[in-house]
Amino acid sequence: MKDETIICRCEDVTWGEIRQALEKGYTTLNEIKRITRAGMGRCQGKTCQSILLREIAKYCNKKIEEVDVTTFRPPTKPVKLGTLAGDNDD
Amino acid sequence: MRETDIAIIGGGPAGLSAAIYAASLGAKITLIDDGLELGGQLIKQTHKFFGSEAQFAGIRGIEIAKKLIQEIERCKNIELITNATVTGYYEDEVITIIQGADGNIMKKLKAQRIIVATGASENMLPFINNDLPGVYGAGAVQTLMNLYGVVPGNNVLMVGAGNIGLIVSYQLLQAGIKVEAIVEALPKIGGYLVHASKIRRLGVPIYTSHSLKEVYGTDWVEKAVISKVNKNFEFIPETEKELEVDTICLAVGLSPLSDLLWQAGCQMKYIVELGGYVALRDDHMKSSLDNIYIAGDVAGIEEASSAMLEGKIAGLNAAVSLGYRVDNFLELNINLRKELKELRANPLSEKVKIGLEKALIKREVD
Repeated sequence: MKDETIICRCEDVTWGEIRQALEKGYTTLNEIKRITRAGMGRCQGKTCQSILLREIAKYCNKKIEEVDVTTFRPPTKPVKLGTLAGDNDD
Repeated sequence: MRETDIAIIGGGPAGLSAAIYAASLGAKITLIDDGLELGGQLIKQTHKFFGSEAQFAGIRGIEIAKKLIQEIERCKNIELITNATVTGYYEDEVITIIQGADGNIMKKLKAQRIIVATGASENMLPFINNDLPGVYGAGAVQTLMNLYGVVPGNNVLMVGAGNIGLIVSYQLLQAGIKVEAIVEALPKIGGYLVHASKIRRLGVPIYTSHSLKEVYGTDWVEKAVISKVNKNFEFIPETEKELEVDTICLAVGLSPLSDLLWQAGCQMKYIVELGGYVALRDDHMKSSLDNIYIAGDVAGIEEASSAMLEGKIAGLNAAVSLGYRVDNFLELNINLRKELKELRANPLSEKVKIGLEKALIKREVD
């Protein structure tokens, strides 16, 4: 894959950035996410996570199910602080 | 805080069927959907369904949605919350709902049972310039074309020859748009041959063992480079072919939208035959947690017909688990499972059946 290929389109993270992180020894999804911001944008990894899992598995010579996934926490999509603070619960 | 018997998350074929079934037993239902209207993917499906009469064979997806929505509207014990996303699952079975175009309204809902029928998201392919305007998922193409009557482009390269790729190619042709070619990385066509033949007769080549390598263009897609791939899906040098297209339509599979199930702590497993991580479930569609049921693509990528049946099973069993009664409960369960089995009795479902076996929690016979 060419370095300039976009992997995370929400945060504009390229394969080059992911590859460099892997080569530095960051080989879990959590580390890659924290170092590059891949998966931290609007879609919360719904687009890039499966590509990342596959590429990490390939790089580490593991099966995809052996690569740890990140912890899923609320909210599943960006929510305005005002909405959370306002509590328009009826 | 609002309270309900059963919260159903997702108003596609699975969620709608679950709501109708559970409501018919008397349970109070809250159905939450992120669309402006209910129906999920059905509302863009202009093709007729296969299967048996019980699964609406011969009827177009969009008509099936209308029938289900009419039934929903007749049920007085179903509350609808549309244009709303469930963003979190918290302890004590509370979910948060963010509603409205601006996401300004937050609702909290406590439900005794939750049926997760969130469906799936489309897979993306990593290739050069995959962020150029003109690169679409097949779902987006269907939304533009079949829902809003907007053509996505003039010359399309379809990536993926599964049923979605084949059906959307045919719909593009019907709309008068040129489909230059279909590429499929696997050595054979994944979808029904009846769809593939229809497209081939109209002169569209289907290249198997080929994939999209690169896309070029200044402000939008102008050219695509496809190439042969080996059995490990690696590009074979010097087999490239250039196609003049302005639109790339990606139909390269779906992944279950399982965020809420992870949040809730359901037992999850990566099952490649089902499209990725799914929650383990028993034959009542109950997850490893007693209050959470699943149905449809989130339980494993299949079709709307199977999603509707899984929805019925989840709805029936969730309602009965809350003490709602129906005379012939055991018989209904057996019949629904039988219908599902018959639906999956075709060669294209072989893979799914292997996956489902891996995802099954064996229930103690009661």
